[in-house]
Amino acid sequence: MKQTLAQKLVARAAGRSTVTPGEIVTCKVDLAMMHDSSGPRRIKPMLERLGAKVWDPSKVVLLTDHYLPTYDDESRKIIRITREWVREAGIVNFYDAQGICHVVLPERGHLRPGMFAVGGDSHSPTGGAFAAYMFGIGATEMLGVLVTGEIWLKVPHTIAMEFDGGFAPGVSAKDAMLFLIGRFGLDGGQYQAVEYRGEAIRKLAMQERMTLCNMAAELGAQTGLIASDEVTAEFLKSKVEFWASDDDAPLLAHHRFRADELAPQVAAPHSPANTRPVDEFSQIRLSLAYIGACTGAKLADLRMAAQVLRGRKSTVKLLVAPASLRDQQAAEHEGTLKILVDAGAELLPNACGICAGYGERLLPENMVAISSVARNFKGRMGAASSQVYLASPYTVAASAVAGRICDPRGMLQ
Amino acid sequence: MRAWVLGDNVDTDVIVPGRYMKFGIEEIAKHCLEAINPEFSTLVEHGDVVVAGRNFGAGSSREQAPAALKHLGIAALIAESFAGLFYRNALNLGLPALVCPAAKRIQDGEALSIDLEGASIRRQNGEVVSFERIPAHLMEMVRDGGLLAHLEKRRK
Repeated sequence: MKQTLAQKLVARAAGRSTVTPGEIVTCKVDLAMMHDSSGPRRIKPMLERLGAKVWDPSKVVLLTDHYLPTYDDESRKIIRITREWVREAGIVNFYDAQGICHVVLPERGHLRPGMFAVGGDSHSPTGGAFAAYMFGIGATEMLGVLVTGEIWLKVPHTIAMEFDGGFAPGVSAKDAMLFLIGRFGLDGGQYQAVEYRGEAIRKLAMQERMTLCNMAAELGAQTGLIASDEVTAEFLKSKVEFWASDDDAPLLAHHRFRADELAPQVAAPHSPANTRPVDEFSQIRLSLAYIGACTGAKLADLRMAAQVLRGRKSTVKLLVAPASLRDQQAAEHEGTLKILVDAGAELLPNACGICAGYGERLLPENMVAISSVARNFKGRMGAASSQVYLASPYTVAASAVAGRICDPRGMLQ
Repeated sequence: MRAWVLGDNVDTDVIVPGRYMKFGIEEIAKHCLEAINPEFSTLVEHGDVVVAGRNFGAGSSREQAPAALKHLGIAALIAESFAGLFYRNALNLGLPALVCPAAKRIQDGEALSIDLEGASIRRQNGEVVSFERIPAHLMEMVRDGGLLAHLEKRRK
C-alpha cells in the first residue's frame, strides 16, 4: 500500500506497518515540548490531582519564552513555577531564556526525521520541517501525554502543496505561506497534513522550511511536513533517515504552483487570509515595523531584513526581537545585527513578546504596523483598534525604510 | 438555553486575548469575546449555547479559550466546523463541540434544546437539525466530564 509521509510517521508511532486516513489510532509520543505559558503552571496542579508522575522525563523538553522578561507579579510567579517544576519532575532538557521554543527545539538537536512529537503550542507543526510528525495540543491533552506517553490521532489525509522552480530574489517562505492561506483560507488545511514539496522547496534552507511548516497552523492543518534530505542532515550536523511519501501515494488534494511567479505578499488586518500582492497596499502608511517571532525573526529572517536595510535608515519605529539567543549571537558575529541596529532597530529580548500579546510592549490604540509574525487577529498584539499587516522580513524592512508598505524587490543589495 | 450566534473564523485571540493569559480563568473569562461583544461575559447565562459558522476557534492552542466559555456556563458549542486543535481542547474539558451543517440557520437569541446522545438539536421553531456524532472514544470522555476526570476514573 502506497503511503504518504504523514501516514508513515503515524504508522511508526502507532506500531503498525501501514495506516489508513480517517482511522483512529493511538500513538506513542517520542517527544513532548512545553513552554512556560501552557506548561508547568497548568500541568502541575493536574498531575497532583491524579497523583501521577511524568511517564518519561527524558522525553520532555521545557522552555521559557512567553513570560520573559518578567514584568509583574503574575509573570514572575509563572516563571518561578516553571523553574521549580523542572527540579521536582526531574526534567533534564530545560532551556531557560534561550529563545522561542519552536526555534530552540531543533537548534539544540531534539528533532530527528521519523519522530512523533507534540507541543503545547499551536505553532508546533514547525517540527514537521524535519520530517517529524509534530502538532500542537492544549494543556489538558498535554497532561494526558505526560501521564500515559500516548495520544489518539485520526490518521490525516495529505494535501500536497508543490512549488516548482525557485522563489525569486526578495520572495520567501513567508510569502508562499501568506499566498496559500489567502488562497485556501484559515481552514484550507482541514486539520489534515499539508506536505510541501517540489524543486523550490528542496532548494530552501531549514529555517525557511520551518517557516512553511510553522504556518501550517494558520492554514488550519494539523501539521505541515517536508521530506528529510541532505539539507536536513546538514542542519542537524549528522546523518539522518530519509523519510518521504511514496510516489503516487493517494492525496486528498495536490496543488501545483510556479514559485518564480510568486510576488511578495501582504495580509491585511485582521486575518492572515486577507492576502494580496504587495503592490496593492502601497498607499498604507505605517508607524511601526516589527520583526519578531518563531516564524519571522530566525537568523535567516534577520539576514533578509539586513539585505534591504544595509546602509539605509528606517523612517518608522523598527523593533527586532531575534527568535533565539543563538541566532542573535550568530547575527551579531557575522555583522547582520549591526546592519539592523545601524538602520535604527531597537532590539527586544529573544521571546514571543508582542507577537503573542505578552509583555509590556503591546500595540497602542489605532497603531498601524507591519510585521513578520504569523497572525494579525484583532487585538492579538495589543489594542483591538490597532491594524497589523503581515509580510516577509524583506517586505517589513523595505516598508520600514519607505514609511509605507513597499515592494522589497527594488531595494535588495 | 439561549443561542449566541457568531460568524466564521472566530479566533482564539478574540475568544480570550493573550494579554489576559497570565491570569486565572475567572479573570480571563471576564474578557471572553469582548472584541466583538463587550457585554458577552456579563449577559451570558448558565446553560446558554454558542453557535458559530466555519472554523470556530482558529489559532492558538490556549485551552483557556474553551475553558472561559465553559466557566461562563456555556453548555455546548455548535458550529459548521471547528479548528481541530480547539475541538480537541473543548472535548478534553468536557465541553461538547457539535459539528452541525445547519448551524448558520440558527438565529441569535433563539431557544435550543440539544439531545447529545441522539445527535440532534430542536430549534425554537420546532425544526430538528442533526449534528455529527462525537466519536465513541471521545463521547465516553465527555460523559466523564473531560480528560482529567476520565484519567482520574481510569486510575482508580
